[in-house]
Amino acid sequence: MSIWVDQDSRVLVQGLTGREGSFHAGQCRQYGTQIVAGVTPGKGGSQHEGTPIFNTVQQAVNATGADVSLIFVPPPFAADAIMEAVDAAVKLIVCITEGIPVLDMVAVHNFMKGRASRLIGPNCPGIITPGQCKVGIMPGHIHQPGQVGIISRSGTLTYEAVGQLSAMGIGQSTCIGIGGDPITGTSFIDCLNAFNKDPETRAMVMIGEIGGSAEEEAAEFIQREQVKKPIVGFIAGQTAPPGRRMGHAGAIISQGKGTAAEKMSKMTECSIHVIQSPADIGAKVWEVMGE
Amino acid sequence: MKIHEYQAKRLLSQYGVKVPRNKVADNPHEAHEIAKEMGGVVAVKAQIHAGGRGKGGGVKIAQSPEEAEEAAGRILGSRLVTPQTGPSGSLVQRVLVEEGLDIRKEFYLGIIVDRSKGCPVLMASSEGGVEIEEVAARDPDLILKEAIDPTVGLCPYQTRRIGFGLGLDARSVRLASKFMEALYRAFRESDASLAEINPLVLTGDGEVVALDAKMTFDDNALFRHPEIRQCRDFAEEEPLEIQASRSGLSYIKLDGNVGCMVNGAGLAMATMDIIKLAGGNPANFLDVGGGANEQQVKNAFKILISDENVKAVLINIFGGIMRCDTVASGVVNAATETGIDMPIVVRLEGTNVEKGREILHNSGLSFTVAEGMADAAQKVVGLAS
Repeated sequence: MSIWVDQDSRVLVQGLTGREGSFHAGQCRQYGTQIVAGVTPGKGGSQHEGTPIFNTVQQAVNATGADVSLIFVPPPFAADAIMEAVDAAVKLIVCITEGIPVLDMVAVHNFMKGRASRLIGPNCPGIITPGQCKVGIMPGHIHQPGQVGIISRSGTLTYEAVGQLSAMGIGQSTCIGIGGDPITGTSFIDCLNAFNKDPETRAMVMIGEIGGSAEEEAAEFIQREQVKKPIVGFIAGQTAPPGRRMGHAGAIISQGKGTAAEKMSKMTECSIHVIQSPADIGAKVWEVMGE
Repeated sequence: MKIHEYQAKRLLSQYGVKVPRNKVADNPHEAHEIAKEMGGVVAVKAQIHAGGRGKGGGVKIAQSPEEAEEAAGRILGSRLVTPQTGPSGSLVQRVLVEEGLDIRKEFYLGIIVDRSKGCPVLMASSEGGVEIEEVAARDPDLILKEAIDPTVGLCPYQTRRIGFGLGLDARSVRLASKFMEALYRAFRESDASLAEINPLVLTGDGEVVALDAKMTFDDNALFRHPEIRQCRDFAEEEPLEIQASRSGLSYIKLDGNVGCMVNGAGLAMATMDIIKLAGGNPANFLDVGGGANEQQVKNAFKILISDENVKAVLINIFGGIMRCDTVASGVVNAATETGIDMPIVVRLEGTNVEKGREILHNSGLSFTVAEGMADAAQKVVGLAS
């Protein structure tokens, strides 16, 4: 079992004909994902490596029944691309694009209110249900089907966690990179909630980083909803200096808030198994699952 | 991106935000002339990006042009140390000479993007001139907040609510409302990530004026603001960080002696953390990105080793998009070109890892190969000390 994507997901790619879009869509298809359409305005009616291209998302959805969109559109146009997919009522939208202006995402956030679509990202590696469907840029081969749900604000650090789990023979139900920007479509809470309801997910790994208060809010949610499945947590940036943006637009300790120490203590308080070293993710999951 | 107070005031006044009369001087004589032209009391203010200038002696009140000249002489060319600059301080190259105001009361006003609400928020407090975080910690009720709906913008009822909430009279509420509307317009149209007026001043004759102004901008939106890009002051930045950003690398210099090169911001932070846990100190944050090529790896390498504090280097790459063999050849070429003689610990994982290790092994250079992050951190910290 899994959340949000599985072998039946039908994926369209916005920006399929670009270099990144073309490469990663190919990787997703190789993994077994059904890539059913591409959208590139002006290239509608053509084919790209066997996939039909449409001018608009609505046309692509009408013609192919796509219910997931994967976006590789450059930053100045990415917010518009997300809104186009939302308007076409695409159920799940995964935006990989890094570098979208924050105020553009404020507009998107507002636009999505009251609509049915879910956005993952932007500035994220995407989502994968091992053995079934990969919608993103993560290396598929490091994953194994299983029972641990992973949620992370970062890309390669998620791969690190997955790598450690797979090396110990612990598989994953679904892995989601929610993205490193200040405003993202899907929060830790959304994912924790879905994993908690998923009968096949037995434990979760939550990888946060400095900046904002999403981890604290997630910890409070876990306490309030009395989530019983064990959760292992790690926060990157314990050594980060205040006021400096650590790569991700969202990873900044501003005005003394959003430090790793604050987040770790709040998470521990709310019964999350917080580890100090990123090398201990696999071992801790092993321990809490009682294997 | 950060800008100076004088630049922020210039930008804000273009939107109708009221600021005191002011001019920039880069030598004491000029400060004298400006003070003479303004007449009366002036403030001479050091222009550096770091806050806390008053505490560091970077703001002087001058009663005469002579005093202004003397103050400028002392501030200009000095290294100003404030709570935010670090012990070596920041070199002052310009001062702002500004008319003195008859201050009746000071307030705080700021706009930021609230991440959990997903929209800009206007914040105000009757406790002006002090650190807003201190107020928030001591008495959160003293901070008034208005969430701004991006489709309709900041509404008049919201600015009135803030104005009356701050205890202003009807006339000053009208002026403050105009001020807030202009501030929000400037914030939105320039893609700011912070617009902060601290203090906002109510003068003896009821005017509402920005005594200080701080603005920072969303780096991701600078592509559509060439006029703001021009305000960038390279002298305020670490030279290595400038060099890195030109190569498309994300680099931040720190105080330790273990240089690190990592792909991905989260993994880069986690690598710094694990170095610290192993008893060492990271010399930097360096993210080569997800899709870096050989040239970028080379550039990254050069930047790392040009930091004199670095005694050993840890390369931690989880190759997904970025293949391990690409990283390995970049590292080998860079090490050969630079004739590096410090220890290098390499931890590679992911796509083409075998090929990558083979390239390192066959290079004839002495790399220490590590298995996993903990092992890598132990090894590099040992080699650096």
